[in-house]
Amino acid sequence: MTIDPEKNIHFSPTHRLQWEEAQQKDVILYPEGMVELNQSSAEILKLCNGSRKVEQIVEELERKFETTGLGNDINAFLEVALQNGWITQE
Amino acid sequence: MAGSHKSNITPPRWLLAELTYACPLQCPYCSNPLNYAKYPSELSTDDWKRVLTQARKMGAVQLGLSGGEPLVRKDLSELVKHARQLGYYSNLITSGYGLTEERIVELKQAGLDHIQVSIQASSQELNDHIAGTVSYEHKREVAHLVKKHGYPMVLCVVIHRENIHQMQQILEMAEELGADYLELANTQYYGWAHANRDLLLPTREQFEQAEAIAQAYKERVAGKMKIYYVVPDYYEDRPKACMNGWGTTFLTIAPDGVALPCHSARELPGLDCPNVNDYSIEAIWNESKAFNFFRGFDWMKEPCRSCDEKEKDFGGCRCQAYLLTGDMYNTDPVCSKSPNRHVVQEAIDSAKSASLVPGEKPLIFRNSKNSRDFA
Ligand code: SF4
Ligand code: SF4
Repeated sequence: MTIDPEKNIHFSPTHRLQWEEAQQKDVILYPEGMVELNQSSAEILKLCNGSRKVEQIVEELERKFETTGLGNDINAFLEVALQNGWITQE
Repeated sequence: MAGSHKSNITPPRWLLAELTYACPLQCPYCSNPLNYAKYPSELSTDDWKRVLTQARKMGAVQLGLSGGEPLVRKDLSELVKHARQLGYYSNLITSGYGLTEERIVELKQAGLDHIQVSIQASSQELNDHIAGTVSYEHKREVAHLVKKHGYPMVLCVVIHRENIHQMQQILEMAEELGADYLELANTQYYGWAHANRDLLLPTREQFEQAEAIAQAYKERVAGKMKIYYVVPDYYEDRPKACMNGWGTTFLTIAPDGVALPCHSARELPGLDCPNVNDYSIEAIWNESKAFNFFRGFDWMKEPCRSCDEKEKDFGGCRCQAYLLTGDMYNTDPVCSKSPNRHVVQEAIDSAKSASLVPGEKPLIFRNSKNSRDFA
C-alpha cells in the first residue's frame, strides 16, 4: 500500500481525530485504542478531508508555515498513516 | 480517605462502565465475580451520567460499555448520547444477543463509535454449547448488520480448550464476516474461568499450535484485518503489565457503583473499594485507599522490590497473586522469579490430567443459580 498522488486523501470514517483538553494534544481514537499526535502530524491529518491530494496538502502546509521542502516528511508520514488505516484513498 | 501519592498521579484514560450483571448468556469463562448475584442493585441513568461527566473532566476518553450484557439496559442509547456529547469514544462490548437492526441504527444516531461482538466458536453447535444459549446464527447476523451500518467491526473470540482446535476456522469466519479487527483472547483465569480452569486451560502444545496458525494468518490478512492476540500468561515467564499499572490508566465502575482499579479488584480483601454514590470520581481516583493501595512500587515484596524489571510489569497482577498464592502482595506467580511459580505449573498439570479423563466433572455455567451457590 502506497499513497497514490492522483487520488484525494480522506480521514478514515472508522477513526476519530479529536483535540483532548486534558492532554493538550490531538489524538486519534479507534476501537479500544488511542494515538497521541504531535502538532505537525495533527496539522497534516486535519487536511485529509477528501478534497486534497498529497501535492495540495504539501502546498498548503508550506504556505501556512512559510517554508519549503516539507514534501518528503509529509509523504513519509502519510505512508505511515495509510499503513495504520488512519487515512484512505477510496 | 488517605492519600500521599497525589503529586505523581496520572488521570484516568479508560472508563469501563459495567452497566449490569444481567446477561442472557452463561459463558463458563465469564470475568464477572462468581458471587455477582449478591450485588443486584444498579446505578440509575442519572448516576451513570454524573460518573461519565466527572471522569471525562479528569481526562477519560475511551469508554467501554459492558456488563453482563449492556443491551439489557433500556437507557443505553441515552447514555451513549451523553457520552458522545462529552467527547468520549464509546465502545459497546456485547454478546450481540438481542441486538436488532433498529437498535443498531438508534445507537449509531446516538453517537456510538464501535461495537465489539463476541462469538464463542466457529460452529453453531460449539458456540451454543459454550454460550449456554442458542445464539450463533443471530450473532452472525448481528456482525453483518454492524458492518452494514458503518461501524468498525470487532469480533472477539475467547480461546480455551474447548475451541482452540478451531483456530483456523475462527480466523476464516472472521475474514468472511468482514471483521476489521479480530481479538483472539486466550482465557484469563479469574472469576468463572478460574472455577472452570481444569476444563478450559489448553496444553502448551495446543497453545503453540494455535498461536502459529494465528501468526501465519495475521501476515496473510495484514492491512485488511487486524488481529490482536491476547497471550495466555500461564505459559509465559513474565507476567502481564496488569492495567498498565494500578491506578494509572483504568477505572472500572461495577453495576452497583463500586469503583474498581481493575475489574477483579472487588475480590481482594481490605481494599474498601469506594462507591460513586458516596464520592466524586476525582476523590475516588486521587484519594481513596483502594486506588492508592498498589500505586507506585512501595508496596512490593521481594523479588519484585529489587527487580530491574518492575517498571515494565509492575510485579504483574494483584488479583492473580491473591487468587493463586493467597497473598495479594506477592509477585505474580506467572513470573519465573516468583518462589510460587510451582502453583502455575500445578494448575497446568492438573488441567492436563483432567483433559485425559473427559466428562469427569461438568463446566459450571455462569448464571444466577450457580452464582448464589458461591455467595
Ligand atoms: S462473558 Fe458471556 S456470560 Fe459473561 S457477561 Fe459476557 S456474554 Fe455474558
Ligand atoms: S520479579 Fe516482579 S518485577 Fe521482576 S520480572 Fe518478576 S514480576 Fe516483574
